[in-house]
Amino acid sequence: MGLDEHLFRREAGRMVATLTRIFGVHNLALAEDVVQDAFCRALEVWKFRGVPDNPAAWLMATAKNRALDVLRRDRTVRNFAPELGRLLESEWTLVPAVEEQFEPHAIRDDELRMMFSCCHPKLTEEAQVALILHILCGFSVDEVAGAFVSSHAAMEKRITRAKKVLARSKKLFDIVRGEDFTVRLPAVHRALYLLFNEGYHGASHESAVRTELCGEAMRLAGLLREHPPASTPATFALGALMCLHAARLPARLDSSGDLRSLFDQDRSRWDVGLVAEGQRLLDLSAAGPVLTEYHVEAAIAWVHTTAHGAGDTDWNTIVSLYDKLLAIRASPVVALNRAIAIAERDGPQRGLEEIHAIADSDRLVHYPFFHAALGEFELRCGRHETARDHFRRALAVARNSTERQFFEHRISACERPTHELAL
Amino acid sequence: MSEFVFLYRGGEGGRSPERAQQTMQKWMAWLKDLGAKGHIKDQGQPLERSGKLVKGKQKTVTDGPFAEAKDVVGGYTLIEARDLAQAVELSKGCPIFEVDGAVEVRPVMKMNV
Repeated sequence: MGLDEHLFRREAGRMVATLTRIFGVHNLALAEDVVQDAFCRALEVWKFRGVPDNPAAWLMATAKNRALDVLRRDRTVRNFAPELGRLLESEWTLVPAVEEQFEPHAIRDDELRMMFSCCHPKLTEEAQVALILHILCGFSVDEVAGAFVSSHAAMEKRITRAKKVLARSKKLFDIVRGEDFTVRLPAVHRALYLLFNEGYHGASHESAVRTELCGEAMRLAGLLREHPPASTPATFALGALMCLHAARLPARLDSSGDLRSLFDQDRSRWDVGLVAEGQRLLDLSAAGPVLTEYHVEAAIAWVHTTAHGAGDTDWNTIVSLYDKLLAIRASPVVALNRAIAIAERDGPQRGLEEIHAIADSDRLVHYPFFHAALGEFELRCGRHETARDHFRRALAVARNSTERQFFEHRISACERPTHELAL
Repeated sequence: MSEFVFLYRGGEGGRSPERAQQTMQKWMAWLKDLGAKGHIKDQGQPLERSGKLVKGKQKTVTDGPFAEAKDVVGGYTLIEARDLAQAVELSKGCPIFEVDGAVEVRPVMKMNV
């Protein structure tokens, strides 16, 4: 019997979410211990007796039995979830109450509760994303640190502090009461968007890690769509933009492992299933009057998806979508992308002017593709030496070997005489 | 061929779910490989790390654990090998060494000495 590659990790999130619901959010650490214990048991037993037919159910059953042990053992010395209070007092009520918490729909609701709880307003966006990845996606502190290219110590501090805020929040977020829900939902969207982005544009050099981050963000966004109060047009738009971007992931690296820009990709390697799902979600997102940044980003991704290459891309539409995006959420990266679209429409010189006009471009000096865009446009203007200097700056701030290789190729492109470049 | 018991000591599972899963998959691959090469007489069983210790004329019963955590036997396998040297060689593929555990290799006494 084989095992899904990341079964333990995925089940860890579901188990912690459910156990925290039963034990109460103040007992988050206890829930994590019980999960750890269940994995130790699986490891010990399965290695001798083989993987059971339904490994996920085995893990859940083990967690449930351990939860019952803990509830019986500690019911007089510890407070558990308040709504469980009276039910704990007798075996007649304890077992069915706990059983009920382990029903599939209850587990899904627990994941949602945890997702919303992790987006606590007292936490920074970075901490929210780290917490989601750690608690709901089962990443260890080391793995989260690896995904964000941060030190173990810094990430441990961030996650430990975030867990304290969560544990002190008295109770898990109520996903049923309407008012708070609407207020918290945008924070959840943002966290999932950042998680996806970290996978898509992030610094980790391992494309496997990055694909996983995108996959986790898409899985959690899918949970939102299954819960009616959360399945708003913005939720559909977020899902659409994730699908349309993820569809291109298989083509981002070519067969020799080199990074390919959007216009240089073998479009036959795009995932047609994800493109179709992206289109479906984009259609669903069009209901209602609200236009979010996710709608605009999904629309930009859609325009790219429908083009055959840079030449027949509708740059006019893309520039106007970037104008809308700047109006909703201004950022130097959005301004940079708009400048790139303008260069495609009006030529490299106009692109350079737009880049130089970005007000807070100093925030982009550590972003390698800022320098790369400057290099690309200078190169197209025929100023090889200036272009090379920009690509060297890009190389200096490159975040992984794939990026470094890409910029090295661009630097050597600057060495060649112009007539060869035209080939 | 002679028989040997591998006693697995210490080496508690991985810190993260991902590591635990990887460790388990390595164990399964290792045991499968030993089996395919005809070295496994009995795959053995995992042992709970707690239990009771019954001791002395008084038959005093105390709670486990019976040793330091790093020395507790977590399971065993019955192995067939040419001699002790080969059994030791076979044990070296065990993933327990990646998590600071140990394999105790003990020959089973023969009846017809």
